[in-house]
Amino acid sequence: MHHFVVDHWSQSDSPLHRRDARAKLFVLVATLLAVATAPAQFQWTGVGLAAPILAGFLIARIPLGAALLRGLVVLPFTATFALISYVGGDVERAAALLWKSYLSGLAVLLAVSTTPFPHFLRAAEWWGTPSFLVTVIQFVYRYLFVISEQVQHMRMAAACRGSGGRGWLFQRDHVAAAAGAVSVLFSRSMARAEGIHRAMIARGFRGHILTLDSPRFGWLDVVFAVAAAGGLIALRIVLGRVS
Amino acid sequence: MHPLIEVRNLRYSYDDGSAALNGVDFELFAGETVAILGPNGAGKTTFVLQIAGLLTGGGEVRVCGLPVTGANLAEIRRRVGIVFQDPDEQLFMPTVLDDVAFGLLNLGLDRQTARQSAMRSLEQVGMAGAAHKAPYHLSSGEKRRVAIAGVLAMNPEILILDEPTTHLDPPGRSALLRLLLDLPQAKLVVTHEAGFAAASARRAVFFERGKIVASGTVPQILAQFAWGEPGAVQRQP
Repeated sequence: MHHFVVDHWSQSDSPLHRRDARAKLFVLVATLLAVATAPAQFQWTGVGLAAPILAGFLIARIPLGAALLRGLVVLPFTATFALISYVGGDVERAAALLWKSYLSGLAVLLAVSTTPFPHFLRAAEWWGTPSFLVTVIQFVYRYLFVISEQVQHMRMAAACRGSGGRGWLFQRDHVAAAAGAVSVLFSRSMARAEGIHRAMIARGFRGHILTLDSPRFGWLDVVFAVAAAGGLIALRIVLGRVS
Repeated sequence: MHPLIEVRNLRYSYDDGSAALNGVDFELFAGETVAILGPNGAGKTTFVLQIAGLLTGGGEVRVCGLPVTGANLAEIRRRVGIVFQDPDEQLFMPTVLDDVAFGLLNLGLDRQTARQSAMRSLEQVGMAGAAHKAPYHLSSGEKRRVAIAGVLAMNPEILILDEPTTHLDPPGRSALLRLLLDLPQAKLVVTHEAGFAAASARRAVFFERGKIVASGTVPQILAQFAWGEPGAVQRQP
């Protein structure tokens, strides 16, 4: 059974993986702020801000090509707004929307690829994210695996009965079948999710997932957080002046 | 001797009004293993879920003398360990060790004690070597063992196993059987497998249409309902 690649990456080991999740989350927020407030010109600011993010992937020993491809997942969401800006004649803003969202996506991907997701959520809670929201995200994350597995099972079952190739569900003749498959997917996933929730309750779950590890915010984490976040903000200021 | 589980006139209906349980009476005593047999849809799983307080219907259920009601649910879930049919539903933490410790942390144990208890449970089921693996990297038999470890870690007095041999190959079934025979807890084993029922339990009850229609020794029940392995069916010439 295939599982999310990012989850697999997060279980690896590297200097970046070993840093405390709270420090990484702090640096991530600094990165997102630097990218969001950077001038629109890609030539200096885009390349300048992309460099530390790409360096992060190399340090974390995450396959760069695969990461760059996965970062594209954010583009469909911003492409609409970029298109509106482009049609409105503001080409520079359209381009900035695309590269800024892409770099932001890469930064988030780097953070979650170097941090097991439960640690990441605990760090978010430590930084003040409401516990209820963290619990909801935990469930969404767990159920993503459930839905992913169900999709794989259904694809296999469909392939065994002669459904052909990629994009089968989107072929015109198969729209009705696709709609049926989606409804089956949701009802199966729902049943599976109920089973998981029941198993959690059976072992005393009371709305908050507790884990064994007690992360320590060591001096290396402090150095990393201050140096990385400070460096990014300094870079952003310098790039702002150059542009 | 008081029964560990005492069920009186247990009833349960699904949302669509169809009856899943229709007046079940049952007792389980300390040290006893009872096989729960019956066709699909007879109400076996619904029955065990009510014992663990995971479903609520009519009638009365007492576990270790405690009525299964909201105020007692936390204590009842500590005393009743349930191993679900699909171990993938039971293993939801990032590592095997985290998963086994899940219930212990919910009981309020500190991390160090929970870690030690979880490791002991993994050793008990022969899975200590997989403590730091992700659960989805395990085989079906290994997942089943880890699921049992997660339940055993909570030191329950009663162990409920719902179709424990599903997806297990013959060596996996034998290993599971050896493990169960070594455990001191009273056990309810929901199973379709006649051989596994005969090897793991002395007493059996047979469910049909939401009721226990027969109770007796496992060989008696298997014979009464012709509940044999497929190998017993003769090929037509």
